[in-house]
Amino acid sequence: MYDMKALYEAGSVEEAVRLRIEHPEAQIIAGGSDVLVQMREGKRAGKELISIYGIDAMRGVSIDENEAIRIGSLTSFSHITRDPIIQKYCNVLGEAVDMVGGPQIRNIGTIGGNTCNGVTSADSASTLHAWEAIVELTGSNGVRRVPIKEFYIKAGQVDIKPDEIQTAIIIPKESYEGTYGHYIKYAMRNAMDIATLGCSVNVRLSADKKTIERARIAYGVAGPVPMRAESAERYAAGKSVSLETVEQFGAEVLNDINPRDSWRASKAFRQHIAVEMAKRCLVCSIKLAGGEI
Amino acid sequence: MAQQYKLVTCTINGKEVSTMVDVRASLTDMLRNDYRLTSVKKGCEVGECGACNVIIDGEAFNSCIYLAVWAEGKNIRTLESLISPEGELSDIQQAFIDETAIQCGFCTPGFIMTAVEILESGKHYSDDELRKLLSGHLCRCTGYENIFKAVKKTMLRRLGKLDDPFLKA
Amino acid sequence: MSNVGKSVARVDAFDKATGRARYTDDRCDKGALIARVVHSTVAHGVVKSIDIEAASKVPGVVKIVTCFDVPDIKFPTAGHPWSTDPHHQDVADRLLLTSHVRFYGDDVAAVVAENEVAAAQAARLIKIEYEELPFVLDVQKAMEDGAPQLHEKFKNNILNHTTIRNGDYESARKEEGLICVEGWYDTPTVQHCHIENHICYAYEENGQVVVVSSTQIPHITRRICGQALGIPWGKVRLVKPYIGGGFGNKQDALYEPLCAYLTTQVGGRLVKLDVPREDTFVSNRVRHAIRTHIISYMRPDGTFVARKIECFSDQGAYASHGHGIVAKGMGAFPQQYPCPNVEGDAYTVFTNKSVAGAMRGYGIPQAMWAGECHIDDCARALGVDPLEFRFKNIMKKGYRDGFSKNELYDDSYVQCLEKGKAYLDYDRKVAEYAKQTGPVRRGIGVAAFWYNTAVWPISLETSSCRMILNQDGSVQVQVGETEIGQGADTAYAQMTADVIGLADYKDVHVVSCQDTDVTPFGTGAYASRQTYTAGFSIRQTGLLLKERILKYACELTRQAVYNLDIEEGNIVRTTDGRVLMSLGELATEALYSLTHSEHLSAESTYQIKNNAYSFGCTFAEVEVDIPMCKVKVLDIINVHDCGKLINPALAEAQVHGGMSMAIGYGVSEQLLFDEKTGKPLNNNLLDYKLSTFMDHPHLEAQFVENYEPTSAFGTKALGEPPACSGAPAIRNAVFNATGVGVNRAPMTPHVLFDRFSEEGLIRDFWREEK
Repeated sequence: MYDMKALYEAGSVEEAVRLRIEHPEAQIIAGGSDVLVQMREGKRAGKELISIYGIDAMRGVSIDENEAIRIGSLTSFSHITRDPIIQKYCNVLGEAVDMVGGPQIRNIGTIGGNTCNGVTSADSASTLHAWEAIVELTGSNGVRRVPIKEFYIKAGQVDIKPDEIQTAIIIPKESYEGTYGHYIKYAMRNAMDIATLGCSVNVRLSADKKTIERARIAYGVAGPVPMRAESAERYAAGKSVSLETVEQFGAEVLNDINPRDSWRASKAFRQHIAVEMAKRCLVCSIKLAGGEI
Repeated sequence: MAQQYKLVTCTINGKEVSTMVDVRASLTDMLRNDYRLTSVKKGCEVGECGACNVIIDGEAFNSCIYLAVWAEGKNIRTLESLISPEGELSDIQQAFIDETAIQCGFCTPGFIMTAVEILESGKHYSDDELRKLLSGHLCRCTGYENIFKAVKKTMLRRLGKLDDPFLKA
Repeated sequence: MSNVGKSVARVDAFDKATGRARYTDDRCDKGALIARVVHSTVAHGVVKSIDIEAASKVPGVVKIVTCFDVPDIKFPTAGHPWSTDPHHQDVADRLLLTSHVRFYGDDVAAVVAENEVAAAQAARLIKIEYEELPFVLDVQKAMEDGAPQLHEKFKNNILNHTTIRNGDYESARKEEGLICVEGWYDTPTVQHCHIENHICYAYEENGQVVVVSSTQIPHITRRICGQALGIPWGKVRLVKPYIGGGFGNKQDALYEPLCAYLTTQVGGRLVKLDVPREDTFVSNRVRHAIRTHIISYMRPDGTFVARKIECFSDQGAYASHGHGIVAKGMGAFPQQYPCPNVEGDAYTVFTNKSVAGAMRGYGIPQAMWAGECHIDDCARALGVDPLEFRFKNIMKKGYRDGFSKNELYDDSYVQCLEKGKAYLDYDRKVAEYAKQTGPVRRGIGVAAFWYNTAVWPISLETSSCRMILNQDGSVQVQVGETEIGQGADTAYAQMTADVIGLADYKDVHVVSCQDTDVTPFGTGAYASRQTYTAGFSIRQTGLLLKERILKYACELTRQAVYNLDIEEGNIVRTTDGRVLMSLGELATEALYSLTHSEHLSAESTYQIKNNAYSFGCTFAEVEVDIPMCKVKVLDIINVHDCGKLINPALAEAQVHGGMSMAIGYGVSEQLLFDEKTGKPLNNNLLDYKLSTFMDHPHLEAQFVENYEPTSAFGTKALGEPPACSGAPAIRNAVFNATGVGVNRAPMTPHVLFDRFSEEGLIRDFWREEK
């Protein structure tokens, strides 16, 4: 039994927006795998909840009119992993969210909830950053689109207005076309864990597969919110596919990331594995893209 | 504020049922308290151990972090549904017994229900895939070894792969 | 013997596979009042005041009791048999609730409410004002003069200090040409993590306080509840249903005394105390973290000349099982690798942390971590193979311990080591892995373990059994040694069937749900004793029942008793093998006879004054990803000599579970405390890293079955031994792979990062590869 003050259930996006306005203090709950846990801990005890879990229109993956991949915010992790569109165009996202918790968590957990929490360790977040995803928010004035990087304000805080809910995550064609990526979740065990560090890399190679046209890399837990490693990306752009490039790409990462010391891991340790993970992810991405290394 | 209740109608173990539930209740609360389905165990109440796992519309969920009101219209199955009216065990239950996959038994119901989801997919999973599919449950007694055997052997039998050497292990 | 030795299905398997098996919460009426304990949020302090006003106003709150309300009666909690000798009794240092809090998570107040939400709300609203006291978390700092003192009577926080002085260490180590190896070895605080949390409920009935609890030790907990409440022990009735695992945590009185007290404070109404997982980690029991210092002096041929060991055991805030743990651990040291000159000192020391109690292995996992890591360090110093070094030095057949009178009747160690060596193809792999230089390396390691069965002669060993013959010739059996998931009831059924001569173990009904008003006295499930100790009373009682049955059979058949026997559930004339009648026919006649009606039953106590060694080993093969600071166990085997197996499949399954625990102990599990506040940091199943389905490979369990001559059925300890040698075997495999000895368990990536950095292994393998 949860210590909640009241529960409001939305059957549609419009209803959710109306409930948001009517109950400004209320917390949105999607799959609940974080909100309910926090409520039990006492952190959100006694609060009102707006459940959007029943809005089936917010589930599913599709290709929109601009050929962008559109992921409904309530799509569960397991459905993302199994989705043929994701598997075809952005398989790494499916792989990344397949590392969240365990199977039951992946059946209840949603990509919307995972991003709206604003936590740096979210397994979807680094890949969505590395693929420059767009967050779609729906409010009383209609739809607003925000690049994922701007969506994250600070630890635990994202850009959602009081009358809005997040309705979709969009990956534009320009972002996924010809692009291949790899994600490494560094955790202390192989299931039921949160990331000590998450690293997602993707590349687009030249037609002859000898040159990196574009490399993007993002981390979770390398700072208070998920972050790109921009100097590493700048370095790699236009470089030849070689171990030399991989080596320097890894080294550049340290200019960008800012992990902290905590009981979960020391800064020095996180920095060390961040470099190693960047290199391994890049090599893997290059291979997926057809490059030889 | 007055306590909030909601009539929840759903199918539980093949039977359509309705009851008024406190909106604060988890599905674990409803199944254990209102329907006395005590195979649904409480081990952590935060979705980490898997002891409360049930199948909702064909997928496995930790009922502890699933609001009871969300059960409206859903088809829910618990371990109690697997035994036939004549008292006959399902193949996966029998395999748990035959492979000595049960010790204290507290994680068993949750594990068996995840196994049901795995087996109903009709797929032939690799060992690594099976381990991953079962990884949402913690067990402190078995080291997972015999649970793995029980699930894998049942999978092979259902797929008709009766010559697989693993069945003789 | 037609049942013993067979891999029959568990007697409770059907109920557990169908969800029918009822555990404590499943038996509790849903109208129960809900109790919630309010815990200390400081590591050390004195409660100055408690404001319950706001909490009392929460709708649904029935009663709030605080440390200022409870009786001033101190009681011990350890699940040890009571001693009538006051000097041998456990330390009585707990109160139901305390105003002198000694760890973050100590029990200060309790709320009883109509539902869990009200209880939780009220618990949050209770305002406690503390006078904070300095606290100490490190076991050696706690021993320093001037360290914060936890308990008045124990100077320098030392609960106990015991010694071993064999031969003359100081003189012996002066011999010329000796090689000295010295090391410090650390084990972590870990928790049992049984999937069912501790839970109990209590109510008053028939002049008694009835407590239904998930406990390993119903009769002991009855006594402790009586002591804590200051009421006659017979006024307490303890009921134990099925248990979702215990592993030693439930070998303590946990919240049964408090729950029993709470029902008396609400007019005997039903009160349920269901411990949240977070509290199970902090406010139940944990395994003692032990820091061990070992010095060994050897001749160049590898002979031990003199050895010294010092152990510092972290007791946490209260005595609980106390010094018994490290004493047992240190006791293994002079025996496992016999050496004429040994000096040992073991200290058990209070710190402001969660209370340490019993946990699977009772000091031996810690001792084996230190001892077996050290053996590999010695072998490396000598430049010899660590397995060969063990073969040379380990305890051999014929060894006899003067104190326990334990004797090694077979060459268990050598046989187990040979078996493990063959399974992992040890020699070939050692050669194969000898010259690796890359970032990912493989290695192979071994560790042996020492264990002895049950607690004699340190403490009482007794078992009582009752058997009743039913009308149909089946038999009811009750013993005080509890089923906690390990399969004891099944072993009892198999033994009973064979002793009496029943056709099938299914003709035996073991009463699994224990009730101190009904169950014969026994001390419970611990020390890997159940099958060994209950075996004696089952055999004795079975023979007694059989004698009575045959006596009655004489009357019915007019045959001489010495010509009668019971075979396959029939009364048989042994002279010609003729079946004279079935046991069912006899039993029905016995109960309903108009001439001589008799309820055929037997009950007896057997006091065991024996103990039995139970030895074995682990071999592990690992892959170490040096840049990622990760260890992956590729293959692992445990080999045990636990005597004759009563049920091989169950034995094997139990070994798997212990191996899994050992792997966690070696590489991932650790309960952490904030150094600045003493607050536990990872007291949940997400942040505390016990192994998941994806964290170990196939677990191989093998046995060497040497019949234990002191045993009623040739069997001996198996419950705890599987958890004892896995961690050091993995450590030694990492040592073999990388050349880096890691002396701190668990070998998490953080620990490996530090050690690999120190040893120059954190370097750019990519550049080297190019």
